[in-house]
Amino acid sequence: MALTKAEMAERLFENVGLNKREAKEFVDAFFEVVRESLERGEQVKLSGFGNFDLRQKNQRPGRNPKTGKEIPISARRVVTFRPGQKLKVRVEAFAGPQAGAAAQG
Amino acid sequence: MTKSELIEALARRQTHLAFHDVELSVKELLEQVSQELSRGERIEIRGFGSFSLHYRPPRIGRNPKTGESVALPGKYVPHFKPGKELRERVNASTQPITGGDDDPD
Repeated sequence: MALTKAEMAERLFENVGLNKREAKEFVDAFFEVVRESLERGEQVKLSGFGNFDLRQKNQRPGRNPKTGKEIPISARRVVTFRPGQKLKVRVEAFAGPQAGAAAQG
Repeated sequence: MTKSELIEALARRQTHLAFHDVELSVKELLEQVSQELSRGERIEIRGFGSFSLHYRPPRIGRNPKTGESVALPGKYVPHFKPGKELRERVNASTQPITGGDDDPD
């Protein structure tokens, strides 16, 4: 089953023993607290999972892909995610469609 | 913000939950996302962002010490794309960026 917020809450109910309402609220609070930290300009470091970093980007030239017209891309602050070593190793082990195709070819 | 600070922030917010349950719940959520990604599944959290895998094709790498060529197999790496609400809230922020961008654990 796809991992949605509802499924996450269901598993907090089953595996941690929060009641259904607490579990649902917890999932929302979890993502909100991470967002609030990033909104305050504060990086979030989740050991074993990864870091949500903030980067300040300067204005740069861009182009409307449809019209080809040049329009500057304004300066902005963006979130980047850098996976931790543990998550990287776990994901590398995934033999997905492309890895499979490469092995056959 | 570190994982323990995230746990503390959530415990302050969800005061009806035992601290230990907050701790377990944070670990459980991160484990759920990691597990789902390591199965090659995509996770989408509206307003926060989506986690998915990106494929890196096989390449010839080099041992930086000996200069020797090594064939590196294709692999999958975790990827996060911030959602609209997170992008907008972070970009609206005028507070200085803190926490740096050190390597994730």
